Amino acid sequence: MNANEITVAATGLTKRFGPLTAVDGLDLAVRRGEIFGLVGPDGAGKTTALRMFAAVMAPDAGRVSVGGVDVVAEPERVRERISYMPQRFGLYEDLTVDENIRFYAELFAVPRRLREQRAARLLAASSMERFRKRLAGQLSGGMKQKLGLACALVHAPSIVLLDEPTTGVDPLSRREFWQILYGLRAEGVTLLISTAYLDEAERCDRLALLHGGRMLYCDTPAALRARMPGALAEFATPAPRQLRDALQGRAGVLGVLLVGNGVHVHLDQAGRLAELERQLRDSGVPCDGARLVPPSIEDLFVALLGGAGTQP
Amino acid sequence: MKLRRLRALAVKELLQVVRDPRSLMLALLMPVMQLFLLGYGVNLDIAHVPVCVYDQEGSPFSQGLFKRVQASPYFRIVRSLHDQREIRQAMDNGSCRMALVVPADFSRQVALQRHAAVQAIVDATDDNTATLAAAYANAVVAGFANDVRLDLVERTSGLPLLPAPVAQQSRVWFNEDLESRNFIIPGVVALVLALVGAQLTSLTIAREWERGTMELLVSTPVTPMELLVGKLAPYFAIGLLDGLICLAFAVFWFHVPFRGTLLALLFATSLFLLVVLCVGYFVSVAIPNQIGASQIALFLTIMPISLLSGYAFPIDQMPAAIRLLTYGIYARYYVTILKALFLKGSSLHELWLPVLALAGYAAAMVGLAARAFRKRIG
Repeated sequence: MNANEITVAATGLTKRFGPLTAVDGLDLAVRRGEIFGLVGPDGAGKTTALRMFAAVMAPDAGRVSVGGVDVVAEPERVRERISYMPQRFGLYEDLTVDENIRFYAELFAVPRRLREQRAARLLAASSMERFRKRLAGQLSGGMKQKLGLACALVHAPSIVLLDEPTTGVDPLSRREFWQILYGLRAEGVTLLISTAYLDEAERCDRLALLHGGRMLYCDTPAALRARMPGALAEFATPAPRQLRDALQGRAGVLGVLLVGNGVHVHLDQAGRLAELERQLRDSGVPCDGARLVPPSIEDLFVALLGGAGTQP
Repeated sequence: MKLRRLRALAVKELLQVVRDPRSLMLALLMPVMQLFLLGYGVNLDIAHVPVCVYDQEGSPFSQGLFKRVQASPYFRIVRSLHDQREIRQAMDNGSCRMALVVPADFSRQVALQRHAAVQAIVDATDDNTATLAAAYANAVVAGFANDVRLDLVERTSGLPLLPAPVAQQSRVWFNEDLESRNFIIPGVVALVLALVGAQLTSLTIAREWERGTMELLVSTPVTPMELLVGKLAPYFAIGLLDGLICLAFAVFWFHVPFRGTLLALLFATSLFLLVVLCVGYFVSVAIPNQIGASQIALFLTIMPISLLSGYAFPIDQMPAAIRLLTYGIYARYYVTILKALFLKGSSLHELWLPVLALAGYAAAMVGLAARAFRKRIG
């Protein structure tokens, strides 16, 4: 088994819906055992791309192979080894947690004993043992997603495709969710995950930034951050909005973004910082100090896309 | 086809039906309701038709005729009129459906042994009732005339009363009581099964699309054939159960005779269910929302079956073009089989033609339904 083996590959993958090209000539190569993130604003083509990888949607052009199998030519062989979790909750709300898991296990012909073991482990990992007899429709949003994951994993797939799995999931459940994903990675499972949460994108081994159906960048989060032109400065302030307005449009300022504890300012070069601090003091805008910080994926996104449609 | 997947799909589908009160009602209560509604509501027999009489003579003779009419279970004399125009009024305001007019020279014509005519005017807005009423009126008047003639012969010749030399006697086979209910209820079984079967299955695929479960299902290794068989199996069982419920109500409640064998009924019902379920499935695949699918399924079943299957309206009385059309209505064959099983007690090999036709339909529909579903979205 080669660690660099490509398990999911796309070349020139294209999907059109009438005049709209949802995925436009996508080239992608995901290695075995990595967590690969598809990141981008709504409408970037993440869902459409995942659907084509999962063999539920036929591409208009290009080639896709998953686990070495051509998806278009042999969709059924692909379906046996992958697991796909659609963005919209795809389970039966009028079935209980156990019944849902059992249904998917049976579809993949998982032996009963193995099913019991895996269900117990997956439900324990997502703190859902108590809800096994509850109807799926009566679960909270986060628990529904965790149940979806449990169903997706019950047949022990080697490749898992997750479409925005943590949307609407509380922070605690999200952490559990990622624990499970890291556990899978340790077992050599390949994970392809789309997300609109940029903090989550940082958890991926590699990322593809999608925009308008095209892939803009593809690299590790650290390498992507290093690609950011100029420098990023973080200003601490009790009046972030005022500070933002004061900085916007000044020479050397490429972008200003409000963040939790202040304002991130994208500069064309690091040397601009001292000058800006002086200008702020002169204009009387309250500022408790500024320093250069490494950019986050979110900063990168804003720098690259101008913040169109990204979620904070 | 993997048995495990079939079982998983069937169990899932059954759980969904059992947990959905609407589906459950449709599956178990609807058949009984339909049977009662149609069993009691659709009655082609006539009884107590309101009659007006216009007696231009006013003799004991004409009164005798009216007594005879009144005594018949088919008629009820509601009014006595004194003018021709009143007949039109009475018909228009619906107070009578038939008028009997006795001419002024009625008894004289009878006495002279001439042809004495009694006029019966029938409101034919409902042609079935009108035809029957006219026929019964004819019979009553003929009976009266016969008695009068015998009476006259006896009186004028002094000979003892002799029965009429020739009397027509009919014998009715298969529906001895001539009850339209016996004729209708076997056909109602077809209507009920088609309605319930197509309705329930029309929801199965549409529901998966609507609730977003289809996307996940499509990504699993389930084959279209497994999906078809696994999903339809529970409805097939429900359909057979409904068939037995209908049979029980027909026999024990409505006292319709059942002279065939249960096995023959189950066999023919299985073929019919296959067609009906596949029609519903087909619609469900084509129309990915539940309301639309169930409307179309309703339209595809209830309309052609109630009008063209011959369950209530005899096919050989239809115009030739329409009669030709009925050969395309699969329910027609099942209705033929049902009526023969209930009323005649025919065996399946006597019914080979409709059985073969139904089997052909079933094979074609299963083939079509199996191809209908594509494991793709968008």
